[in-house]
Amino acid sequence: MALLTWILTNFWTLLLFLLVLLIGLRIAWRLRKYGATREEFSYILRRSPFYFVVLIFCFFAVSPFLIMFLHTFKADGDLYRRPQPFIFRQEPTIEHLDALFNNTAYLDFIRNSIVVGVAVVLITLVLSLPAAYALARLTGRWGERAGILMFLVYLLPPTLLFIPMFRIVVLLGLKDSPMSLIVVYPTFTVPFSMWLLQGFFKAVPPELEEAALVDGYNRVEAFLRVVLPLSLPGIISTVVFTFTLTLHEFIYGLVFIADTRQRTLSVGVPTELILGDVYFWQPLLAAALIIAIPVGLAYNLFLDSLVQGFTMGAVKG
Amino acid sequence: MANLALPAFPLDNRRFVGLLFLAPALIYILLLVGFPFLLAIAFGFSDVTVGNTDLSFVGLRNFEAVWENDIFRQVFETTIRFTLISQVFILLFANILAIIFTQEFTGKWFARFIFILPWATPVSLAMIGWLWMLDTKYSPIDYLLLQTGFLGPGGLLSKDRNLFWLASPDLAQISVIFVQVWRMTPLATVILMAGLSSIPTDILDQAEVDGSRFMRTLLQIKLPLILPIMVIALLFSMITMFGDMTVVYVLTRGGPVDYTRVLGLYSFQVGIEGGNLAQGAAISLFAFPLLLAMAIFMLRTASRAEVR
Repeated sequence: MALLTWILTNFWTLLLFLLVLLIGLRIAWRLRKYGATREEFSYILRRSPFYFVVLIFCFFAVSPFLIMFLHTFKADGDLYRRPQPFIFRQEPTIEHLDALFNNTAYLDFIRNSIVVGVAVVLITLVLSLPAAYALARLTGRWGERAGILMFLVYLLPPTLLFIPMFRIVVLLGLKDSPMSLIVVYPTFTVPFSMWLLQGFFKAVPPELEEAALVDGYNRVEAFLRVVLPLSLPGIISTVVFTFTLTLHEFIYGLVFIADTRQRTLSVGVPTELILGDVYFWQPLLAAALIIAIPVGLAYNLFLDSLVQGFTMGAVKG
Repeated sequence: MANLALPAFPLDNRRFVGLLFLAPALIYILLLVGFPFLLAIAFGFSDVTVGNTDLSFVGLRNFEAVWENDIFRQVFETTIRFTLISQVFILLFANILAIIFTQEFTGKWFARFIFILPWATPVSLAMIGWLWMLDTKYSPIDYLLLQTGFLGPGGLLSKDRNLFWLASPDLAQISVIFVQVWRMTPLATVILMAGLSSIPTDILDQAEVDGSRFMRTLLQIKLPLILPIMVIALLFSMITMFGDMTVVYVLTRGGPVDYTRVLGLYSFQVGIEGGNLAQGAAISLFAFPLLLAMAIFMLRTASRAEVR
């Protein structure tokens, strides 16, 4: 806690210091490696505008998150009286984090989101793994047509379908239950993951499957025993992105579920932590940041694999 | 294994297994997307409301009513304007960022993490951050402008202490467009990165051997080669943005007055909040011809790229 207070009260100084330190270390390392020659200095000088552009873009991307971070720990008096958003004039506090977890339905939202996400990922895998393999290897022209049909589904966004979907959900008796989302979310996760998986399956050398067929496996066994294990990294990244798609979805969640305790994160936080005109700013901003960081890390970790899937699926289509 | 019970022959047949594999996904999607879509059309031609659920046919009445509604006209225009203006900036920034992130540099991993955050964060949660950034009274942006003398007594931008980002018509529109660009640029960037990394390295090596400079390689080799991908990125983000209501739902609820109301939000407000399902459906159906036109254009461009 004392450390946190110290970091927060000196936040901007520390940030600047860290930045300068890292740049200094990097330059020092280069100079040690290549020698402090005139060419080296001119190289560093030529290279610096590039880093400057990167820094500018980073600043724009990260500014709301920095504010979220600082405000999570602000005391009410510090937040509302004579606004000074960037520094702490009162002792930082974690009472709002405490309130978020203990006095609101935040943990319920997290639980619902995880339940929905995991169930949708499972359904999506069961449906899209074989389908993507069929599109990649087994079917010819008509498979291609089916693929285009799947793509056209992307053109019917939730904003176009939520009204009839709402009626169907009511008819099925699934209103106010996360089950409704589990049934409906595969309509957009399946086309997405089929498209991505297709790219990964195409990257598996066809010779391996043919060898399996020669060894007496049938097509289904060749798929299960040879292609699936080899595409595991691609499948994992598909799982990650499918899960985050369900985390992002807002409209269906908003329309289908009116019961606070049954809502998911993306709907629950902005609708339930705001009571009429009263915004509980610190818990709100903290709730957003707590989700943003792990999802951002997951995206970054699997980005290369996503780019590879895009490339194989779309570019070499 | 279970499939031993089946005769061995069909499982060796390529077409049979293909059909077997594809069928579940295809049926699920057709049922759960195709049926609601037809239902949306049926709703559009009926007088269904939340209270009255029997569909009686009323012809084109809903569509006529919607089309003659001044608010709808404005909403339609706003949606198209927001989508087009933001695409210009998204493409510009995405190109720069894609070039940056397909190179190696120190701190790339961390820079990429930061730049991807706006896209990774669930939209509605990211919008909470912007709701505070653009707050009428406490906006940190206003505070910075106040400290640097752009705001407050004698300020360049306004004599007031605040700009009222989401409460004044012009600024609210600018804010919504800015936030859309902020959150959609990473998606377009990732698609462009896929395009850039698929350029065969021998072409680039050849260019380097020929002494081509960075800018020349960029303008004459890389850009023409990724042009089809750029169209795909553009249409992807256009479709996503066209079907989005989350940003305005959290930030402005369509206000001030109707200045930031977009199609999806309007359809939600009429159909769900107002309880008039039929008109809500009719409103959202007006988006479909535009989306279809985008799709046809997109598929054509993509297939032309394949021929090359």
